[in-house]
Amino acid sequence: MKDPRFPKLVLFTNALVPLALLLWDAYRHQLGTNPIEFVLRTTGMLALIFLLLSLTITPLRKLTGRNYLSHFRRMLGLFAFFYGLLHLSTYFIFDRSLSLPGVFRDTFARPFILLGMTALLLMVPLALTSTNAMIKRLGAARWKRLHTLVYPSAIAAVIHYYLLVKADTRQPIAFAAVLLLLLAYRAFAPRFRRAPTPVAGAQTP
Amino acid sequence: MSAPHSIPSREITPEPLYRTRRAFMRTAVLAGSVFATGFTYRRLNTPRATRGLPPRLQNLAAARTTAPTPFDPAIAAAFHTDEPKTPYDDITHYNNFYEFSTDKDGVAPAAENFVARPWTLAVGGLARKPTTFDLDDLLKISPPEERIYRMRCVEGWSMVIPWNGFSLSRLLDRVEPLSSARYVAFQTLFDPKRMPNQRSHVLAWPYVEGLHMDEAMHPLTLLATGIYGRELPPADGAPVRLVVPWKYGFKGIKSIVKIDLVADQPPTTWNIYSPEEYGFYSNVNPAVNHPRWSQATEQRIGELRRRPTQPFNGYAAQVASLYAGMDLKMYY
Repeated sequence: MKDPRFPKLVLFTNALVPLALLLWDAYRHQLGTNPIEFVLRTTGMLALIFLLLSLTITPLRKLTGRNYLSHFRRMLGLFAFFYGLLHLSTYFIFDRSLSLPGVFRDTFARPFILLGMTALLLMVPLALTSTNAMIKRLGAARWKRLHTLVYPSAIAAVIHYYLLVKADTRQPIAFAAVLLLLLAYRAFAPRFRRAPTPVAGAQTP
Repeated sequence: MSAPHSIPSREITPEPLYRTRRAFMRTAVLAGSVFATGFTYRRLNTPRATRGLPPRLQNLAAARTTAPTPFDPAIAAAFHTDEPKTPYDDITHYNNFYEFSTDKDGVAPAAENFVARPWTLAVGGLARKPTTFDLDDLLKISPPEERIYRMRCVEGWSMVIPWNGFSLSRLLDRVEPLSSARYVAFQTLFDPKRMPNQRSHVLAWPYVEGLHMDEAMHPLTLLATGIYGRELPPADGAPVRLVVPWKYGFKGIKSIVKIDLVADQPPTTWNIYSPEEYGFYSNVNPAVNHPRWSQATEQRIGELRRRPTQPFNGYAAQVASLYAGMDLKMYY
């Protein structure tokens, strides 16, 4: 891939489509009977989907030898963080009525909320060090070590989802299974490495 | 590929056209992908379509002109809350009815072809006159009174629903319970052909519920046959369901086929599913949390902010005496 800018534009635009539709539905009062629950659920799902998508890049890259896939990983991760922030804001504004003490109480009384907070908090240093300047400043080894925080973040997010569902655990379990696969790959990766194609300007772990 | 000099120069694409085509291709890819993403999102989040309304209940006029049920005025005061009623569309399209779907937005579409006639309700057990009622017999027991009750789901949302029906005690009086009857057990239809999600094992079927005798005989406990003056739609438990407004909504068993008077506390489906999370009593209580989430607040459908939950869902004055002296943290 000579110039990743257009593919990244396609990804960027598409990643915003759910938000656009959410805003459109909000404007048309089409968010269903329980709009807050709908927005919480949708932003949460999107955060988790983007997080898992970002974790598929490395295995795909190593299995297919297509190094250019790395160009998309940062964007996917940042969109996970973005939707995670929307998810948290919705919770803070509507569920907790802008009460910080309310948030603290909930966080330490409800394990599933503590896990959600943890998942998002762990993404903060990752978002802050996502720029090229930061990568240079930290250097490859330190940056790589810091960004392993994405694993506990994803695990916390999946357990958060599992704990909040009443009885139908099929979806949380499906996400957990996908995450398990992605983590298992990394545990056993060395056996599957293929000679990579050289790519200029892509971050590699 | 032929050598460069063998391609006539008239076949070389002019640069402006080449760039226009590239722009066109890129626009097409962008637009195409956006449509595909939007389409996928919509498939997973379709806005609800409203369908026709069920028929009006018979005998509604008689219910309004007949003298109100001869109950204690302090209790009858709770029959009609003044709070704003939840719109019909919301009541009929946001349901927990796992027999059809575990998705609250998916119940109404999945249940729309459910036929509730003919229907029989077998009332028996420890009774002098066990009787099997068909729907018309049931509707003749009493004109359908309007009862506007709050409904609080264990998940943390609530509605205000104008039910139509009559106190369960009227039905139980007909079959003359024996003195040995201390509990009332209820059972939903079990028919995976008509309730397709009963093929899944998310809960043990058929759905069962139970009440202590004094809870069942309480005037507030309602056998409902309609909403907003119309027959119950399938999504809300057609043709007949229970409403116990001071308890979490899952105690309001839907599409009832069997009522038994029994001596011992009967099993209840959510308690079977998760005994530490769902108790037999399940009285609405902001001081007793669900193990995984708080019960202190609720999202009233139609409101933006959450509101504090009331003990016994605001019916403490009418029902607290039933539980006098009971440790509600133990008997949850």
